[in-house]
Amino acid sequence: MKEFTPAPDSPSIVSVTDRVKPVALGMAVTSVHFLGPRAAFVGGEENVALVDASGEINMVAVHGGGILSTASDGKRLIMGGDDGKVVSLDGKGEVTLLATDPKRRWIDAVALHPDGAFAWSAGKFAFVKSGKLEEKSIEVPSTVGGLAFAPKGLRLAIAHYNGATLWFPNMAGSAEFLPWAGSHLAVTFSPDNKFLVTAMHEPALHGWRLADNRHMRMTGYPGRVRSMSWSAGGKALATSGADTVILWPFASKDGPMGKEPAMLAPLQARVSVVACHPKNDIFAAGYSDGTVLMVRLEDGAEILVRRNGTAPVAALAWNAKGTLLAFADETGDGGLLEL
Amino acid sequence: MSEVTSPKIPVTVLTGYLGAGKTTLLNRILSENHGKKYAVIVNEFGEIGIDNDLIIGADEEVFEMNNGCICCTVRGDLVRIMDGLMKRKGKFDAIIVETTGLADPAPVAQTFFVDEDVQKNARLDAVVTVADAKWLSDRLKDAPEAKNQIAFADVIVLNKTDLVSKGELAEVEARIRGINPYAKLHRTERCSVALADVLDRGAFDLDRILDIEPDFLEADDHDHDHDHHHHHGHDHHHHHDHGHGLKHYHDEEMQSLALKTDKPLDPNVFMPWLQNLVQVEGQKILRSKGILAFHNDDDRYVFQGVHMMLEGNHQRKWKEGEPRESRLVFIGRELPEQAIREGFESCIVS
Repeated sequence: MKEFTPAPDSPSIVSVTDRVKPVALGMAVTSVHFLGPRAAFVGGEENVALVDASGEINMVAVHGGGILSTASDGKRLIMGGDDGKVVSLDGKGEVTLLATDPKRRWIDAVALHPDGAFAWSAGKFAFVKSGKLEEKSIEVPSTVGGLAFAPKGLRLAIAHYNGATLWFPNMAGSAEFLPWAGSHLAVTFSPDNKFLVTAMHEPALHGWRLADNRHMRMTGYPGRVRSMSWSAGGKALATSGADTVILWPFASKDGPMGKEPAMLAPLQARVSVVACHPKNDIFAAGYSDGTVLMVRLEDGAEILVRRNGTAPVAALAWNAKGTLLAFADETGDGGLLEL
Repeated sequence: MSEVTSPKIPVTVLTGYLGAGKTTLLNRILSENHGKKYAVIVNEFGEIGIDNDLIIGADEEVFEMNNGCICCTVRGDLVRIMDGLMKRKGKFDAIIVETTGLADPAPVAQTFFVDEDVQKNARLDAVVTVADAKWLSDRLKDAPEAKNQIAFADVIVLNKTDLVSKGELAEVEARIRGINPYAKLHRTERCSVALADVLDRGAFDLDRILDIEPDFLEADDHDHDHDHHHHHGHDHHHHHDHGHGLKHYHDEEMQSLALKTDKPLDPNVFMPWLQNLVQVEGQKILRSKGILAFHNDDDRYVFQGVHMMLEGNHQRKWKEGEPRESRLVFIGRELPEQAIREGFESCIVS
């Protein structure tokens, strides 16, 4: 990865901005996911833009309203909308309706399991469906804030007020409640299945070590954490919410307990989205002023991908091989960088 | 380093006890030919029959912020809904939040104070409370929620005035004024009120805290179908036995407290005093507002608060000839009046 080393005699940051292929999406963008070689930029409402490496845009209508939640496994993208529908999109642009809420409630959260099962939530109910399974549902004490499948087995984490619920949809009466006061929104399992982490409404993360449910408080953010990404191998959890990328260490059996996080890539702007490289110890970070950086975990060396001076970066993702980086700001000014 | 900003979307909170006419007012707002599009957030168990494109069911889920402040509660469902609605920016001009009849307006208002993302995109415009002229007096006796809603209101739509006598109307108005003399009060039948009287009020806009005189001291602009004794300025004589004019009621539980001085305040004493007051008594203080004249300061300072949350700023220069008076208003439950008065006195530069 020689290109990630800043030239020692260079006073300014190394820039690859001239290698970015600009993508004008023409719509507000909220996230991006790769489906094979194509980047799927998710609009605020109705459409997804499938963009191939040449920069060609193919707009696909997916929802009849706002797109509230997305999840992808790299092969398909599932989305929940304010039209009460759960739909999936594959890399060829084919849209499949997966579920419709009978009361047309908002689909607030979705999750996708590596084996093809998927989950969604509407109000206090979380639902799971997989090829073999009947649709199953569970009611939690308050509205679901986020959903995540465990990396092993069919187990769903459901974030809500005052904690998270762990549920094996195939086992009756199996829900386990992990309490912690406050409102829990996004939720994620560590790739080794040992930790569960939620992003809270207040500017903090909360974690549980699943072996003994020990608490991990991860606080000190100036703003709410809206983006979390596990580094290659799950050694660290990179997060937005501050004017640096905050990386919590998860390599040891105690996770971040009693440890300080690493703080990399400081700017005079808030980090709005982070995406770790799938194979190497590198991450990309987008900021509230439009900047996109690539950063090496080891020493914090930075490469400029996109300059500041625009709307906040809303979408950022690597393809599975780690050879393509896609990004867009809130207004749909996007780009693709091939490494 | 320019960050793109867009105008904040105004949010009107519509409260009122069960059956007072919230849905009637909501439908009136939506059906009027104003060319505006509203996103309407209703409680799921509310009445149906609202005709609007963007209508969202809410669960009124209140949670405590983890900041050690027990009255610092927010509506989590609103945070989530606002987040989702912002994906459809441009599809609506304003938001109306209808609460259930039993709801406390404070968590709704506080959501707009404490949530960073909500604050970035939306601003609280006013709390509008619909009250039933026939039943409000009874509800004020037996339903603490009804009293809360009156105390919290910026605008009160006193509805169903056709169902009560003039005497009963005067009675219920006096009871409302005993709790909250500062809200704009409109007497209506079937919630027939001009939209400009309930929408775009800027009640939480610091720049529009111009006037914190009690509403009933001003000329009444709705002089249809009620008697004209109000206009004669003799109301302070308390003509209790006439059955008209403005009676004076003192609500035992919920009151307002007005403080005023034409001597300058010491900001180094006043600010800590006010902060401490809302910290200690914040559960009792529902709303607070003030226009302040500080010692050696040519700018007016304005503030407003909901329970423990305060926001304030220098507003503008005092105008020439404008009396440099400080005025504060607190509305709350069992306010420690004596202590507040003494504390305020101690902030005056002697």
